[in-house]
Amino acid sequence: MARMSADLTEDDIPVSQLEASSRRMNMIEAINDALDIMLSHDPSVIVMGEDVGYFGGVFRATAGLQAKYGKTRVFDTPISECGIIGAAVGMGAYGLRPVPEIQFADYIYPGIDQLISEAARLRYRSAGEFIAPLTVRSPFGGGIFGGQTHSQSPEAIFTHVAGLKTVIPATPRDAKGLLIAAIEDNDPVIFFEPKRIYNGPFSGYYDKPVEPWKNHPDSEVPEGYYRIPLGKARVARSGDAMTILTYGTMVHVAQAVCQAKGVDAEILDLRTLVPLDVEAVENSVQKTGKCLVVHEATRTSGFGAELAALVQERCFYHLEAPVERVTGFDTPYPHSLEWAYFPGPVRIGDAIDKLLEA
Amino acid sequence: MGSSPPPRPPHGSNKPALSLHVPEPHFRPGDPVDFSFIEVSKPGAQPRPDEACEAAETGPLTTDLVRVLGDDNQAHGPWDPKLDPETLRDMLRHMALVRAFDERMYRGQRQGKTSFYMKCTGEEATSVAAAMALASDDMVFPSYRQQGILIARGYPLVEMINQIYSNRGDKLKGRQLPIMYSSRAHSFFTISGNLATQLPQAVGWAMASAIRHDSRIAAAWVGEGSTAENDFHAACTFAAVYNAPVIFNVVNNQWAISSFSGFAGSERTTFAARAVGYGIAGLRVDGNDPLAVYAAEQWAANRARANAGPTIIEHFTYRAEGHSTSDDPSQYRSAQEREEWPLGDPVDRLKKHLIAIGEWSEEQQEAMDLACAEQVKAATKDAEKNGILGHGLHHPFHTMFEDVFEELPWHLEEQAAQAIRERKIKWPE
Repeated sequence: MARMSADLTEDDIPVSQLEASSRRMNMIEAINDALDIMLSHDPSVIVMGEDVGYFGGVFRATAGLQAKYGKTRVFDTPISECGIIGAAVGMGAYGLRPVPEIQFADYIYPGIDQLISEAARLRYRSAGEFIAPLTVRSPFGGGIFGGQTHSQSPEAIFTHVAGLKTVIPATPRDAKGLLIAAIEDNDPVIFFEPKRIYNGPFSGYYDKPVEPWKNHPDSEVPEGYYRIPLGKARVARSGDAMTILTYGTMVHVAQAVCQAKGVDAEILDLRTLVPLDVEAVENSVQKTGKCLVVHEATRTSGFGAELAALVQERCFYHLEAPVERVTGFDTPYPHSLEWAYFPGPVRIGDAIDKLLEA
Repeated sequence: MGSSPPPRPPHGSNKPALSLHVPEPHFRPGDPVDFSFIEVSKPGAQPRPDEACEAAETGPLTTDLVRVLGDDNQAHGPWDPKLDPETLRDMLRHMALVRAFDERMYRGQRQGKTSFYMKCTGEEATSVAAAMALASDDMVFPSYRQQGILIARGYPLVEMINQIYSNRGDKLKGRQLPIMYSSRAHSFFTISGNLATQLPQAVGWAMASAIRHDSRIAAAWVGEGSTAENDFHAACTFAAVYNAPVIFNVVNNQWAISSFSGFAGSERTTFAARAVGYGIAGLRVDGNDPLAVYAAEQWAANRARANAGPTIIEHFTYRAEGHSTSDDPSQYRSAQEREEWPLGDPVDRLKKHLIAIGEWSEEQQEAMDLACAEQVKAATKDAEKNGILGHGLHHPFHTMFEDVFEELPWHLEEQAAQAIRERKIKWPE
C-alpha cells in the first residue's frame, strides 16, 4: 500500500542508498505502511477515527486502507473523541487491537477521561483480567500555522499518567518501526506524530525552503515488517561538547543548529518518553558533562522538567554546568506570531552558547 | 477588564426580568410525602411491538411505564415473559440473596471491616431480572450498584467479600474501592469509579462483537444522574451510528447521592425519551416489577441479537437506602419516601406473585431468607480468614507496582525497591 511519494522516482535515489529491501518514504507514507502491514498481519487490528475511512485522513495517513481492508476494519467515526477512545477501550476488552486516530492532538481532551481513568487503569484495576491494547495516533506540534487549536504538544499530560506509554518518532524509519511496536504492545500507547515533519525534516529555519525527506538517510525505510522497541533512544548525532535531549521535530532543529554553529553536541532522540531510556540519557550526559533539554511544548511542568530532574539526580557529579531548558513559551500557541513562539535556532543557539561558555 | 452589563430600560419594557430555575425535589426531611403526581400505568396495558420494529415505534413506550405484575399479584398483558415457576423462584432467590448480602456487608462496614459499601435495596430487580434475561456470556458493563448481576451469574460470594475487604484473597489485589468488582469469567467488566465511562466501552465491545460476526451482545448499566455525562451522549451516538448490539440500562432510582433526578433533567422528560432523539429504541419500565424488567431486557436482547439495533431501557425505581455508607439520606430527603413509593418492593412483589400462582408460600420464603442469611454468614467467615481491611493480611507490597504495565519499567522497579525499604522502617519485623 505504501507508495513512493509523488515527486520521488527510483532514479532520484543514489544507487548506494537503494537497498533492495528498503524504500524512500516520507513520514506519512511510513505510517501508512505500518498500518497496512499490521492490518494485513493481524485481523484484530482496527483503524478508526474522524475522516480516516474513505477519505484516508486529513493528513492522508490512512489513504487506501479502507479500500484494501474493508469498512469494518478501517472506518470513520462520529466527531466524538470520548466516543472514539471509549469505544476503542471496549474493543480492546473484547480482544481487538484498535488504532484510533485523533485528528489533532489538540482535540484529544474530550477523550482524556477515557484515556486516563480507563485505558491507563484497566490492567491495574482488574489485576490483568482486562487490558487496553490501543494505540492512539495523533498529529501534534506546531510550525504549520495551525493556531492554538492545531499546534499543541500535550505530551506531558500523558507522561504524567501511570499506565500510559508515550511515543514520538522523529524519522520515517522510526515512525514505521515504532508504530508497529506500539500496535503490538499490550499497553495503551499515545503515539504523537510531529506533523511539521510529515513531509520533510524541518530545520527550524522557517524562512528557508522546505527540505523533502528524500535527502535524509532516515527516509530509507525497510520494506515489510520490523519493530523498533519502545523505550530505546537513538543517537541522532554523536558528539562530546554537550548532550541535547529532545524528540520529534526538535531533533532536526537541534541538528541544524549544531551544524550551523559547528558544535560537536550529542543529540539524543528519546523516541519514547515513557518508558524513558534513562540509561542512554545517563551514558551520554556522563560522557559530555553538559545537558540541554529541548521541546516545543510549553515550559512549566513540561517533560523537560522531568528530564532535568532525572539528569541532576543521576548525573550531578558529572555536570559541569546547570541543565539548560529550551521550550515553547507558557502561552497558547499564537497564530501570527508562530515563529516568535517556536523554540527555534535563536533560542537553542543561546542555550548552547551558555553551556559552551560554562 | 470586565465591563458592567448594560442597564435595563427603565420604562416601557413589559418583559419580565430573567429568572433562573434551580430544580428542587418535591420533599425534604420532615415533609409529608404524596407521590400521587407519579403516573402509575395499568399493568398489562402497554403494547409490545415486534423486537425488530422501527425504533420510532417504541416512542410511546418511552413515556409510558411497562408493567406486568398487578395489584392482584398476577401477570398481565403482552409483556408477561411467561417464565416457568422454577425460573421465578431462582429470580426470587437471587434477589433475596442480594438483599441478605447487602445487609451483612453494610453491617461489616459499620463494624470497621472495610472502608465502604453500597446497597442496592429496592433495585434488586434491575440487575437480577435483567441479567437473567441475557445470555450468560453477554458482556455486562455495570455501574456500581449491580451486585445482583454477579449473584445471578453465580459468582462466589466469598470472592465478592474478599474484594470488599481488600484482603489477601482479593483477586483484584486490594487495588479497587470495595464493590468495584471484575470477573472476566462471568463476562462482568471491571467497574470504574468514574461515572458513565462504561457506556461507550460497551458500545465498542458490541461493535467488536459485530465486526467479528459473534452472537454475544453488550449490556451496560448507568444511574439516571450519570446520563448527564458526555459519555452517555457519545455512547448513544456511536450506538445509533453503528447500530451496535448493545443495551443501555438507565436505573432511575430518583437520587444521585443528594441530588434528585431533576438535576439530570427529569422535570422535562423521561430518561427513556432520550432514545427518541438518537433514533434508538426506548422502553420505560417499572423497575420494581421483576417480570417487566425481565421482559424489557429480553426484548432488547432479542432486538440486538437480530441486528435490529440498540435499546435504552429506563428502569423506574427507588433507591430505598443511602447512596453508600458515606451519606445519611435523612439529611436531604424525606424518610417517608421509601414507605410511600408507589411501585412497591421488587422482592415482595415477586414473592406475592409466586404465592398467588400457588408456587410459593410464606413459610418457604422464611426458610429461604434464613438460608440466604446463613449462606452469606458462612461466606463472610471464609473471607475473613483472608483478612479484613487494614489488618495486615493484604497483598505483598510489590503487587502495588504490578499491572501498571505488562512489564515493570525501570522507574517502577526503583519505586518498588523504595517501598520495600520504607516498609522495613515503618513496620520492622
